[in-house]
Amino acid sequence: MRGLPGAFLGSFKTSYGYLSQRLYGVLTEEKYDGRLYPSHIPTSTVQKAILAVGSGVAALKNPYRHDMVAVLGETTGHQTLIKLRDRMRNDPEGSTILLERPRIRLSTLDLSNMSALPDGTLGREYLRFLEENRVTPDTRAEVKFVDNEELAYVMQRYREVHDLLHTLLGMPTNMLGEVAVKWFEAAQTGLPMCILGAALGPLRLSVSRLQLLGQSLGLWALRNGGRARCVLSIYYERRWEQTLDELRHELNIEEPPVSLIASIKNSSSKS
Amino acid sequence: SDSTEGRSTHFGFQTVPEEEKAEKVYKVFESVAKKYDVMNDAMSLGIHRLWKDTLLHIMNPQPGLRLLDTAGGTGDISFRFLEYTRSMYDRQQRLRAKSQQTPSWKDIAGHYVSDEEGPPQSRAVVCDINKEMLKVGKQRAEDAGITTGLSWVAGDAEELPFDDDQFDMYTIAFGIRNVTHIEQALQEAFRVLKPGGRFMCLEFSKVTNPLLARLYDAYSFQMIPVLGEVIAGDWKSYQYLVESIRKFPDQEIFKEMIEDAGFFRVQYFNLTGGIVAIHSGFKL
Repeated sequence: MRGLPGAFLGSFKTSYGYLSQRLYGVLTEEKYDGRLYPSHIPTSTVQKAILAVGSGVAALKNPYRHDMVAVLGETTGHQTLIKLRDRMRNDPEGSTILLERPRIRLSTLDLSNMSALPDGTLGREYLRFLEENRVTPDTRAEVKFVDNEELAYVMQRYREVHDLLHTLLGMPTNMLGEVAVKWFEAAQTGLPMCILGAALGPLRLSVSRLQLLGQSLGLWALRNGGRARCVLSIYYERRWEQTLDELRHELNIEEPPVSLIASIKNSSSKS
Repeated sequence: SDSTEGRSTHFGFQTVPEEEKAEKVYKVFESVAKKYDVMNDAMSLGIHRLWKDTLLHIMNPQPGLRLLDTAGGTGDISFRFLEYTRSMYDRQQRLRAKSQQTPSWKDIAGHYVSDEEGPPQSRAVVCDINKEMLKVGKQRAEDAGITTGLSWVAGDAEELPFDDDQFDMYTIAFGIRNVTHIEQALQEAFRVLKPGGRFMCLEFSKVTNPLLARLYDAYSFQMIPVLGEVIAGDWKSYQYLVESIRKFPDQEIFKEMIEDAGFFRVQYFNLTGGIVAIHSGFKL
């Protein structure tokens, strides 16, 4: 039986004294019948092309098939993932992330410490986002069809950061919030899947929400997505105590022009 | 008896300990149960329906028989069996009516008496190791308005929960390939069949034409897992399916295995160039 060896989940001490679990990059090809990482499914170019078309059609037919959106992202995003990885490499914090390969999972989060943080901090607001929208970081689909284990990690990191972007941008998980985040991500990452989502998402908005997107929210999302520092290069796990205002300023992201979250709390409101 | 410690068996191209295979197979089919029919149509371009129709045609069951439909969780074979035997009965009635243009009073009386009994009740027992598949099958029977003649039993083909000498017909369609011990399943089939009972198996087999074999291989390994991912959201189950097809014995070897289990007059029929084969044998 070829199973995952215990060493696969090995950890090592970083220069900052943190222990990180390396879930990617420990594998070599000969160990896993051609698989580069545990969830990898090797595919030919023809298979990727058919997967891309098929997943695109399936996602259009049924918007709730998140697995198809994920497959579409993986089969169309190769060149863009290279650019994203290079941006991360050129950023000191991003290169640390590529080296240590942290994962954002419930098992890696210190929930009690985060819930004790003051309102307006990244950690506290992220936790509030998860609770109010009944989502968990553990539901993100594993990457399967990216034939490069480092790029697969970049894609996985993008998925795990997505909910943090909702928090950072102050966007809920309703349709308008999702479209706004998609516009931001399209401008920020260039992933074809995000561009497609940004283009098609508005089709499902009501007239009033479409107006809101067209008048202010869309332009804000595109402008800030385009000029913000690479959001994948932020080691969020070490910044839970930082306030959202401070982090937005550091990333060069303006506050949203309209508030879509009734319960949003900023440290500035306490002053 | 031999110790099973350390023994291994195939699961697709992986070699896994025997005790793991049954569990793995269960998970494979549990995950595909709901999308099963859609995937069957997509994989075979709908031809699987013709294959199953052909199985019933070769079987040619008479009304009143008892069928054990093994690994038949979604009910495809049993539905066809009941439909076939009902249409056979109707045909017999029409032939009888046609041959009695001027019936005598005795014939008329006999006709009235026999009609009160109605058609002989054919019965199908659907047996599957996967309760999820059985649920899908039950729902389909309900949707189709089939209220009599069907029962649903969770069970393992290698250890059938039935007494000896119970059934006139035993079918296994696209299921024998997933059994850990094929010989054991064949012996169980032999045990539960009545003397005179018939074993029939519909299974993927070896394509005999070399050119078709290469096209078929390319289609199987390149397309079917992709369809599985897009339609059922499940690459690995369909990867397993195409790999297990390659691992299954070819037509002649499987024929010998059926004979070794005690069946007589074993023969097989290739369909679509050997992509699938129907094997048949009788218990004397």
